[in-house]
Amino acid sequence: MQSNELILQLQQKNEKAFQRIYEMYAENIFGVIYNILRDQNLSEEVLQDVFIKVWNKADSYSEKKGRFFTWMLNIARNAAIDKTRSVAFKNSQQNQTADYFVDILEEKSNFSGKIDAIGIKKYINVLEPICKKVIDLLFFKGFTQKEASEELDIPIGTIKTRNRICIDKLREVLAV
Amino acid sequence: MNIKQYISSGILELYVYGALSEKENAEVYEALKEHPEIEEEIKEIEKSLMQLSAASAPYNPESVFNRIKDKLSFTNNEVDVIPITRKRTNWTAYIGWAASVALLIGLFVQFNKNKDLRQQVVKSQIDQILLEGKINLAEENLSKAKTLLSVLRDKDILQIPLQAQKIDPTAHASVYWDKEKQTAYIDVAGLPTPPPGKVYQVWSLKLDPLTPTSLGILDTFNENETKIFSFTNTNESEAFGITLEPEGGSASPNLEQLYTLGVVES
Repeated sequence: MQSNELILQLQQKNEKAFQRIYEMYAENIFGVIYNILRDQNLSEEVLQDVFIKVWNKADSYSEKKGRFFTWMLNIARNAAIDKTRSVAFKNSQQNQTADYFVDILEEKSNFSGKIDAIGIKKYINVLEPICKKVIDLLFFKGFTQKEASEELDIPIGTIKTRNRICIDKLREVLAV
Repeated sequence: MNIKQYISSGILELYVYGALSEKENAEVYEALKEHPEIEEEIKEIEKSLMQLSAASAPYNPESVFNRIKDKLSFTNNEVDVIPITRKRTNWTAYIGWAASVALLIGLFVQFNKNKDLRQQVVKSQIDQILLEGKINLAEENLSKAKTLLSVLRDKDILQIPLQAQKIDPTAHASVYWDKEKQTAYIDVAGLPTPPPGKVYQVWSLKLDPLTPTSLGILDTFNENETKIFSFTNTNESEAFGITLEPEGGSASPNLEQLYTLGVVES
């Protein structure tokens, strides 16, 4: 969970605080990056760049702009999307068939201790196809509501509430 | 504001996603500052999304951190929270262990030294006690010898040699009798060591008729180095005799075991 004191220490260039933050968020950010790139080496490269940016630009974060997690999420998605324009990425995607984060979850067998693996697996089983797409676009890929409504061909007014229902379901199985 | 409706609109999910416009974002920030329930809801959404995104990672990228550290040229001892504390603990631990070992060795050496010194002290004390005992003994012997010497030199003392009898022709003894002080000194250096269970008994005798009176038994014959015994003698003795008697002495002398006999010359 977000600790304002930890973030303050990070902004004061406290290396320990930075490590703490890495330990808290690296796996999440890596998940988001990997969901976009679907390549472990490239994802690690991007993860590295993201955290270097987090260290260098920590000053630019402000609580007023949003959650710290959201701030890092934005950096990560932008960095990952930048990477999709690279030759390396294009070469890596030749045999790529998976589209959604769900595919990763379905293939994945070993979860780290931070994750409620049973809850997550259960969630995939009950997840409606539209939820997979909505969460994938809005959360993992950082689409705006407008972009998502166009991509999914559903009215912009229903995106928000639909997503809410999808996340509610996730919270239900994770008991959050 | 209807908070429930606000929460269920789904705007908070988009807030965590970062999918809102700047204006909407600012509105949510105002709302969460005002209503703790909204902030609480945001935290819970974030928590579930962190689970979901972490689950989407192929593995926990812990190892990448070392590369980041290198890129940022972190002074290694500041970054690694766990290794660092370990390192620091290690240093203190090393120093601690070294100090402990040194202390132990020191203590051991001191302990041994202490033990040696104590042993020396004890030995010295024993030696001292022994020496004191020897000195006391020597002083005692000296005073005894002086007393004896004074007895022998005293002109008022009667010297009565006791002659050997049939039972042992080599046996002899002497009585030095101080009539005034009513003390008789018996020198029995010339008597053989009594057999076990037997003891010499000294008698004062009146000759006419023969009346023996016991002066005492020489039950410390073996222990007395000078072999000179002193007895109180209040008798008008006319002779002295020494017989061998059963342990504890007898009421009257066994004349068959008479070893020495001497008559007082008057």
